[in-house]
Amino acid sequence: MKESNQRMLLSGNHAVAWGARLARPDVAPVYPITPQTPILEKITEFHSKGEIDTEMLTPESEHSAMAACISASLTGARVFTATSSQGLLLMHELLHYASGARSSIVMFNVNRTPAAPWGFWPDQLDSLAQRDTGWIQLYSETPQESLDSVIQAFRISESINLPVMISHDAFYVSHAVEPVDVPSQELVDDFLPSFEPSFRLDTELGQSFGAPIDQSNWNSTRRELATSMSTVFKAVTDVGAAWGEATMRTYAPLEFYRMEDAEIVVVCMGSMTGTAREAIDMMRAAGVPVGLLKVRLFRPFPTEALRDILAGVSCAMVLDRNYSPGMGGILHQELKAALYGLKDAPVMHGFLAGVGGVNVTPEKIVKLVSDNREAEAVVGSVWVD
Amino acid sequence: MEMIDYKDDGQFCSGHVACGGCVEALALRVILNTVGPDAVAVVAPSCTAVICGPHPYSSVKIPVFHTTLESGAASASGVRRALTKQGKTDTTVLCLAGDGGTYDIGLQALSSAAERNEDILYICFDNEGYMNTGGQKSSSTPLSAATGSTPAGKTTQKKNLVEILAAHRIPYIATMSPSHLNDMTDKVKKAMTMRGTRMLIILIPCLPGWGVADDAAVKTARLAVNSNVFPLFEVEGGVKYIINQEEGDVPVRDYLGIQKRYRHLSSEEIDAIQRDVSEEWLRLKRRAAETA
Repeated sequence: MKESNQRMLLSGNHAVAWGARLARPDVAPVYPITPQTPILEKITEFHSKGEIDTEMLTPESEHSAMAACISASLTGARVFTATSSQGLLLMHELLHYASGARSSIVMFNVNRTPAAPWGFWPDQLDSLAQRDTGWIQLYSETPQESLDSVIQAFRISESINLPVMISHDAFYVSHAVEPVDVPSQELVDDFLPSFEPSFRLDTELGQSFGAPIDQSNWNSTRRELATSMSTVFKAVTDVGAAWGEATMRTYAPLEFYRMEDAEIVVVCMGSMTGTAREAIDMMRAAGVPVGLLKVRLFRPFPTEALRDILAGVSCAMVLDRNYSPGMGGILHQELKAALYGLKDAPVMHGFLAGVGGVNVTPEKIVKLVSDNREAEAVVGSVWVD
Repeated sequence: MEMIDYKDDGQFCSGHVACGGCVEALALRVILNTVGPDAVAVVAPSCTAVICGPHPYSSVKIPVFHTTLESGAASASGVRRALTKQGKTDTTVLCLAGDGGTYDIGLQALSSAAERNEDILYICFDNEGYMNTGGQKSSSTPLSAATGSTPAGKTTQKKNLVEILAAHRIPYIATMSPSHLNDMTDKVKKAMTMRGTRMLIILIPCLPGWGVADDAAVKTARLAVNSNVFPLFEVEGGVKYIINQEEGDVPVRDYLGIQKRYRHLSSEEIDAIQRDVSEEWLRLKRRAAETA
């Protein structure tokens, strides 16, 4: 590690702002929303002090913020924005547009319950509801991971020409303060090549984007998108490994904890994984062969890797901090689909644990495992008290 | 006979897909050639978006970004900021939108861009309705005009976009007509000398939407100006009003009479519209006199 790295006490949101600062975005359109605002305020503070050379754009809505992100990216600018919940939902139309236009955008989303009723609590439905919009989705567990993921996301997004959304949970991560290793500007500059897209809005090039198109050409755009999506798993792996070489903190699309000889695997995303680690330690201490599978890359869904890792495992328990009405937990649903037809697939249980920000303790996870490890598979997700 | 002082540098190509006789194509040709090659256009869904051509063709030489209907001003802001960061501060960012994308669904983003005084040249091709979707009313549709969604005639007035934007105190707002091309090029050139949010609103009589003969769009636009229904004027800094025409002496009845969208009107209703137009003209004159 370079000596000029600093260790700072940062909230998850301020860690995100530092990640954005180090990536040197050219344009940052942002609109405030609880609990994202500390990201916005820290970036505008950096800007007002002259510490970042970024065009700050503060429009009247998240919708316009995303519109500006797309067009700025297509003009060749490195673009960052951040939002949460209602803001992300308001952007929905343009999230489709961003990926269809192959714009490179890094957006940080703070997972928060969507209204109604109004709530400000950790719940991943806001971003999971965007799973069909063509964005690469990463979920972060800690402030450190959030900072590191922002920088990695620029390299992933700009190499594949797809937008990346990173999410961390409201308050549990967004406002939790932890010591965070903030890499030096030199380290990040070495890690992150400048953004120089060959296709861009440029009077010298004369290229135009987004004109009406016929059926077969529209179809082609989605096939090309699918091809690009199929490269993301490797890109996330490679970029996570490269970041590990630079900082000694390696990241991967899927992360494992105490998976050696695990017969039971707990599967979850975001801050829940931190709690699950403690539960795993408690159960391992009691001799239960249980491990943790953390899904960091949710889109594209790492289907092949999940099939590889879960083949032969006797039981998988999915913890969903989200609820898709009429279906259940979204991670549960996706994992079932991913394992379809797999020989030696685990018996699967899906738990709606922590929906609406309800606290899930390590003890609760221990009890879920001990109550259900021998139970037969249940097709639907089960509410947890 | 007025000579048109205009040089065509080929910024707008033949083969575009505007309706035969459409003056939006004429206006685009004049505007784009006046603006020149150092420009990027953001186009909201509209007749302009169609006229610019289907992929992979483009009837426009400058780079075009097609955005969503409500995002014109926000997308133009994004292009502007990216170009500014690249040091290309002299490149003009055009935002080309219809009245639906400006008066209605795009007004929120436009208001915000105007409040931030983003350095963009916004041109609204105002054909007084959603003509690209077959002719439904927008908030720019005038009182009594029949549209696909107001078959018996619209019951409310046309929204006054100039006053809304003037309240934002942007540097420049002007109205233009395809019947007055020298006035149009003068205003485009004048807008190009300024920085900040500039708005040009151009009246585009829509042949099918208004029920106008294929060869009558320019004539209709001229009648709109000469009857004071759509006066040519400028607003500088949001406060200084400048009228660019002599008071028209054509009865409003003549303007309404050549459009099928007004043919259901009674003589009394036409008289009422005449009174409204005369009052608006006097109000405009007073404002221009007060701020002269």
